[in-house]
Amino acid sequence: MEQTRKEYIHELAIVQEKVAAMGDKACTGVQLAMEALLAGDTELAREVMLADDVLDEMIVDIEDSCILLIAKQQPIAHDLRVIAAGFKISTDIERIGDHAYDIAKTVQDVGVLLDNERLKWVQLLGACAVDMAAKAMRAYREHDVRLADEVRQLDKKMDAIFAHTFYALSEFVTTEAPHQKRITQLLFIARFLERIGDHAVNIAEWVIYLETAERIHKKDKA
Amino acid sequence: MKMTISNLNLYYGEQQALAGVSLEIPRNRVMALIGPSGCGKSTFLRTLNRMNDLIDCVRIDGRIELDGANVYADDMDLVRLRKRVGMVFQRPNLFPMSIYENVIYGCRVHGLSDKKRLDEIVEKSLRRAALWEEVKDRLDDSAMGMSGGQQQRLCIARVLAVEPEVLLMDEPCSALDPISTMKIEELVQELKQEYTIVMVTHNMQQAARVSDYTAFFLNGKLIEHDVTDTIFTNPHDKKTEDYITGRFG
Ligand SMILES: Nc1ncnc2c1ncn2[C@@H]1O[C@H](COP(=O)(O)OP(=O)(O)OP(=O)(O)O)[C@@H](O)[C@H]1O
Ligand SMILES: [Mg+2]
Repeated sequence: MEQTRKEYIHELAIVQEKVAAMGDKACTGVQLAMEALLAGDTELAREVMLADDVLDEMIVDIEDSCILLIAKQQPIAHDLRVIAAGFKISTDIERIGDHAYDIAKTVQDVGVLLDNERLKWVQLLGACAVDMAAKAMRAYREHDVRLADEVRQLDKKMDAIFAHTFYALSEFVTTEAPHQKRITQLLFIARFLERIGDHAVNIAEWVIYLETAERIHKKDKA
Repeated sequence: MKMTISNLNLYYGEQQALAGVSLEIPRNRVMALIGPSGCGKSTFLRTLNRMNDLIDCVRIDGRIELDGANVYADDMDLVRLRKRVGMVFQRPNLFPMSIYENVIYGCRVHGLSDKKRLDEIVEKSLRRAALWEEVKDRLDDSAMGMSGGQQQRLCIARVLAVEPEVLLMDEPCSALDPISTMKIEELVQELKQEYTIVMVTHNMQQAARVSDYTAFFLNGKLIEHDVTDTIFTNPHDKKTEDYITGRFG
């Protein structure tokens, strides 16, 4: 039978592209913030902070497109899930971007101050966060429910690394008393990275909802 | 279940219009029938009170039950069947008589003539059809002078006057403005307390708003039927999804 509503279908595809593009941008932000952190590169950190404005514009654009589609096209079924997931996922992406900003800002304010042992843990934590966020966005782009599920599983790994990192940094605070304030900032960075992992899990859950209509509730975290 | 349809086939001469339709219609619920033009919705609706008997070349097999009794039994009293299973058509089909006479037309057919009783029925039916306040001072005016939306509600009042058990509605809002449409939708919501309602609609939002169950027809076949919330959020069949999202038609 003849295909109808071509314009509408096209606009739905555009929303998905916009969300994917925003996700890529935020993932790059986290990646660069980690590089800035590990290299103590304050110039790079400044660039990451500036890039956050673009994300803010992107989310407004996505929200406007979604609202217009609802008003004019009354989407239902999978189409409606595209819109609902678009709203929710772009919010999680925005938060990921905010955390990249926070990390970059800490690099600017505090600089780096780590020995190889702590560096290893923070690096590991950062790599895990970047991996989760990137995989969540790839699952979204490629409609890959299995990959989304993998992101959910990665959360356990993230929790374990976070626990170690947090312990290692806390210990550092007590042994390096004169730098206490700066090291405390690094504890926040660990927290931001862990939160990025949580947002990646949220995105993965919305991908599963988008593709299967199945609602998955993340078990409450202690 | 109020009505049970099993393996229903219907032919107009050589042409098969319904093929292997099986469906259960739950009591005191609203079932919406959706599907593209010509898929057999009206045909199916007409089989439920044997209105198709009026068409010459029609041949039917399968089974339809109303409260467990065979609707197509040889000794079925058709007048009584159509009183129990009333029908509202796509376009208001009023008689060129007063509003009052239109409402009680069916009651007269069924032999009722007590004036006081008829007055009561007129008021009650018009109230239920959400029309009483608009017409109570001009019951003797011609029904033809009413607006389209009022005429449609009068048709509903006329059906309700004979106190049916099942109400069949074939695109009752297709000729109505948004306000009249909303009035009919509200009415349907109220009526399902007491009636079983089967409604054909081309308006997906309307089906989603008013029905408890939705059945999707395509080319004379029942493709999918389910709880309305499921049909509109996560239909099982790709053809259903393509239809309700307007991807073909
Ligand atoms: N009286 C009739 N004689 C012969 N064929 C008929 C008759 N009524 C309907 N048909 C055929 O049966 C098929 C189903 O028609 P029906 O009126 O049930 O469709 P529908 O789903 O109600 O369509 P619409 O949404 O346009 O009202 C069509 O192919 C139609 O041409
Ligand atoms: Mg019809």
